[in-house]
Amino acid sequence: MAFTLYSLIQAAILCINAVAVLHEERFLSKIGWGVEQSVGGFGDEPGIKVQLMNLIRSVRTVMRVPLIGVNSVCIVLLLLFG
Amino acid sequence: MDYSAAQSGFRQRKLQHNMRLRNSSVDGPDGGQLFDDTSAAGPANQGVYRNQQAGPQAAGPPGQSFLSDPMSNLAMVYGSSLATQGREMVDKNLDRFIPISKLKYYFAVDTVYVGKKLGILVFPYMHKNWEVSYQQDTPVAPRFDVNAPDLYIPTMAFITYILVAGLALGTQNRFSPELLGVQASSALVWLIMEVLAVLLSLYLVTVNTDLTTIDLVAFSGYKYVGMIIGIIAGLLFGRLAYYLSMLWFCGAIFVFMIRTLRLKLLSEAAAEGKLVRGTRNQLRMYLTMSIAAAQPVFMYWLTYHLIR
Repeated sequence: MAFTLYSLIQAAILCINAVAVLHEERFLSKIGWGVEQSVGGFGDEPGIKVQLMNLIRSVRTVMRVPLIGVNSVCIVLLLLFG
Repeated sequence: MDYSAAQSGFRQRKLQHNMRLRNSSVDGPDGGQLFDDTSAAGPANQGVYRNQQAGPQAAGPPGQSFLSDPMSNLAMVYGSSLATQGREMVDKNLDRFIPISKLKYYFAVDTVYVGKKLGILVFPYMHKNWEVSYQQDTPVAPRFDVNAPDLYIPTMAFITYILVAGLALGTQNRFSPELLGVQASSALVWLIMEVLAVLLSLYLVTVNTDLTTIDLVAFSGYKYVGMIIGIIAGLLFGRLAYYLSMLWFCGAIFVFMIRTLRLKLLSEAAAEGKLVRGTRNQLRMYLTMSIAAAQPVFMYWLTYHLIR
């Protein structure tokens, strides 16, 4: 129950790392969550699955480079301060 | 509306006189300001005040500037322009990170609004009209519409919750000053997680709504009112009172959230109670239900460890 803001940041970094690690062709296409399955179907609004796939793809695209920096900082801090 | 008309007339007269002072207040929807500007007194009062201050230096009739010396006059003008520039720079930079003007809207409350809103939070079953009234596409300030969300009550309730939690821990001899900080950050983390979860689910269900993030923070903060009263009842009258009051407030916040969110999330027809078929509306109904059902869970989760 003793949550701190720091643990929230740690959890957020771990979750974003987990999403960034999902590989497009080795994994997502195999289970039918690839990018090519998300287009198509104009007219009605996209369902939850399409929204999720778009979300995963956009998180990967946006956070790939900042994650390098954030992870390096985290590693250095954990090495120094335990 | 006579009140607001008289208000705007009064404001305009004051604005014409206070040309030099930078007017950074957000305009209310009817042209008047959101807040009563009590910081600057009327022009007549200002002249009299300055004159009283400068009494020993220059005795002149009221209204005459007391700075007869041109050098100090120049210094005062330069100083005030520097201060204005600095203030503008700070405001501009701060506005990039925290939308100050949008935040001001949420704090434009008065006592009547707070009283009525607390009444609705405690007993939402009699309130009939839950719609937020708009004025030319912008929502009316909370002062004029009791259904509009505000940030004053959630902020105050949050701080009071932390203090009451400290009190409860103190009565059980478990208190130490660090625990206040721990409680505060813990509750804040839960609040952030709840708002993020609601935002994520709103994105996934593709609801076209005008709920902003701050609105969601406000709605998530309303449950702290019930939590405070539950904890105090538990402290005063024992566990049974705690459970009874929590039961009451869980029901109240559940009904409050459903009735408020129904108008914002569901489509027009479904919000009026007609049964609209279709998976989209069903999904939105489930979303509303789950957001409302998460509130009692949080209320219980954040308070049960305080009542032993």
